[in-house]
Amino acid sequence: MDNNIILKTKGIAKEFSGVRVLNNINIEIKSGEIFGIIGENGAGKSTFVKILTGIYTPTEGRIYFNGKEIQLETPLDARKAGIIMIPQEFNLINDLNVYENIFLGNEKKRRVFLNRNEMIRRTEELLAGLKVNIPATARIDKLSVAQKQMVEIAKALAFDSKLLILDEPTTVLTRREIDILFGIMRQLKSRGVTMIYISHKLSEVKEICDRVMVLRDGEMITIEDTDNIDEKEMARSMIGRELSQIFPEKVVPKENTVLQVENLSSVDGFIKDVSFDLKEGEILGFAGLVGAGRTELAETLIGIRKKKHGKIIIKGKEYNIKNPADALKRGIAYLSEDRQGIGILTNFDIPSNITLPSLKHYLRGILINKRKEHEKTAQYIKRFDIKAASLKSKLEYLSGGNQQKVSLAKSLDTGPEIFIIDEPTRGIDVNAKREIYFFINELVQTGISCIVISSEMEEIIGLCNRVVVMREGKITGILEGEHINEEEIMFHATGLKGVA
Amino acid sequence: MPSKSLIKKIDFEKYGSLIAFVVIFIISSFASPYFLQLQNILNILRQVSYTGIIALGMTFVIIGGGIDLSVGSMTALVGGISILSLNSAMNFFGYGYWNEIMAIIVAVIVSIALGAAAGALNGVAITKGRIAPFIVTLGTMAIYRSLALYIGKAGVFRSNSYMYPELGMGYFLGVPIPVWVFFGMAVLFHIILNWTRYGRYICAIGSNQKVARYSAIKVNFVRFISYVMVGVTVGVSAVFLTSRLNSISSTNGGSGYELDAIAAVIIGGTPMTGGSGTIFGTVIGAIILGMINNMLNMLGVSPYLQGTVKGIVIIGAVLIQRKRSQ
Repeated sequence: MDNNIILKTKGIAKEFSGVRVLNNINIEIKSGEIFGIIGENGAGKSTFVKILTGIYTPTEGRIYFNGKEIQLETPLDARKAGIIMIPQEFNLINDLNVYENIFLGNEKKRRVFLNRNEMIRRTEELLAGLKVNIPATARIDKLSVAQKQMVEIAKALAFDSKLLILDEPTTVLTRREIDILFGIMRQLKSRGVTMIYISHKLSEVKEICDRVMVLRDGEMITIEDTDNIDEKEMARSMIGRELSQIFPEKVVPKENTVLQVENLSSVDGFIKDVSFDLKEGEILGFAGLVGAGRTELAETLIGIRKKKHGKIIIKGKEYNIKNPADALKRGIAYLSEDRQGIGILTNFDIPSNITLPSLKHYLRGILINKRKEHEKTAQYIKRFDIKAASLKSKLEYLSGGNQQKVSLAKSLDTGPEIFIIDEPTRGIDVNAKREIYFFINELVQTGISCIVISSEMEEIIGLCNRVVVMREGKITGILEGEHINEEEIMFHATGLKGVA
Repeated sequence: MPSKSLIKKIDFEKYGSLIAFVVIFIISSFASPYFLQLQNILNILRQVSYTGIIALGMTFVIIGGGIDLSVGSMTALVGGISILSLNSAMNFFGYGYWNEIMAIIVAVIVSIALGAAAGALNGVAITKGRIAPFIVTLGTMAIYRSLALYIGKAGVFRSNSYMYPELGMGYFLGVPIPVWVFFGMAVLFHIILNWTRYGRYICAIGSNQKVARYSAIKVNFVRFISYVMVGVTVGVSAVFLTSRLNSISSTNGGSGYELDAIAAVIIGGTPMTGGSGTIFGTVIGAIILGMINNMLNMLGVSPYLQGTVKGIVIIGAVLIQRKRSQ
């Protein structure tokens, strides 16, 4: 075997109750390589990675690491071998500080006492090695998402990992933070650390990875040098067809204004003097960096955050919206970016989730008319093509895309006239994305007006009639027509253009 | 793999307490020949009805992610004051059959209203004051007991009525009245939990308060009502407890009720973290506790050791739940 090969898999396959979700995966990863894995949700990426990290045991196949065949029965086996994964949801303890997290379960001791100084020194070394400026004694909950990620990476390095697996690391990062992350990855690479990089974002895969493997329906479609494959090609092999029709044709909105916001500020100061208007049947995009105050604006509109001053005028009448119930009464529905945290109840079945905010329409006397609930749910399941074992399936057993469709149905069931959708396609695959774009387009054709908050530039550009760009709680520009392009949006979002 | 284990899990979650019930029932009937006698079974049911009624309200509180430790002290306070009001109402209305009935009705209303008020106090402190339910009800547990002691001068509240005990001691169609009320309220609470908006909302709040809030549910109000509900059940329970003995002790009336009520809910399969639960389970849980007590009595086990067994059952029930969810 080639000495340069750090990881080799031979005929890896995995079955769940007789269903093959991964079939015959053969890869050879070279030492110091950044190896990308792309594929839609359900393509088998996470199953494959879970096999490499000892969470699943493969049904068939062998794994060779550093030239020797290894058995990965438990996550501990993988960690001992030097395979460490940086999860999407960080495993850091918020109440502890950086060095305590890095040495959690692996504390340095002097006799029975903790050797605090030694741990701090090592942590500072690790962080300095990554060229990041985080104090070793900072509490985790005081760090930004990007900094937390750096701590996760430092933690992995503290374990002397040889193979680092990064699962969708950039979903929560701004472009600048992504650049920093990539800088660190290149630096680790030069130190000989091998990395597997899983992502939905093809441009990033092309930018950072040496080679990329495309998975589709559990099959290995191709492995290419990223120099020899462009993003379109990647997308094509991921979904097995052309991607051209991902966005529907834009619909011209009506003239009349349904929502007018004047000089809106929030008590907590996240929103400062925001003014904009929304036309009937319009898709109004909200772009900006993470932390620009877009979600906070939506939360102020629906009364979750307290309004300091300013007016919210709906169809010519000013309303004081104090809570989400008021907002619903005025026809405003909000679909949160944080699906699991705010959007759905994972231990509730599909009907109970969908009718939660609109339950009063499902009453007979004081009792819930469960038959009506089920009939309505069946309609939504058909309309949105929600895939579930049954109507009574709990949401925790649904995939991310299907959960998002249930959230969509839930918001729609309140009969909104103004629909605020925050990150409509975060963490879902290309096909489900496309479906959701077409749903949104259908909605505006029925006269519903949409506000779409998104960090995905293509989505903003491909979907919206006009684009509001925010920065630090203020609006820096409202773009129309040909001005809706990546450059203009970035200039306004970063404060190079527009008064911030 | 997922489908098979899923069926197992759901079955167990639904019927776990029922299986425990059947097992204990069978063991008990073999352990003592008296166990299966109708009088003994009715006795068990009557004994569990006092804390069982409170456990019905407690189910809502725990499903909503809360807890109420004050129910025992509340029972003493509410029961004591209702006896005082019974006595003064009898003075007010004078003697005679209907007059005494009127006085008893006053006492019942006072008991339930006072229970609701004491529960409302907990609810306000928890929702408006944003204090953890554990802390608030630990505080009111001390407060309600101390008020009962103060008002009752650390003695026993005694009623002057001869008819009042009929309520707690009486039978209807051969079944003790408290048992009828326990089962009747269980049916009512089951309907509230499964077939009304309120029931759906309290589950949603216990499952994820943020989701509930964003779904336009008035979270504070719904949680507040759950404490009022448990207060009402305390009021009802206090009526039967005081009428049975025609008195209630300010020192140990209702003591340990919080343990039994919470235990019934937990044994009945409602997770401490809230979000789901069944009234049926709670009823079974309460009866299981009663059967265990009964069996220990018949086997001649020291009453001082009954707490140990109860404790082990509670911890065991939670342990099984944990295993289940893994």
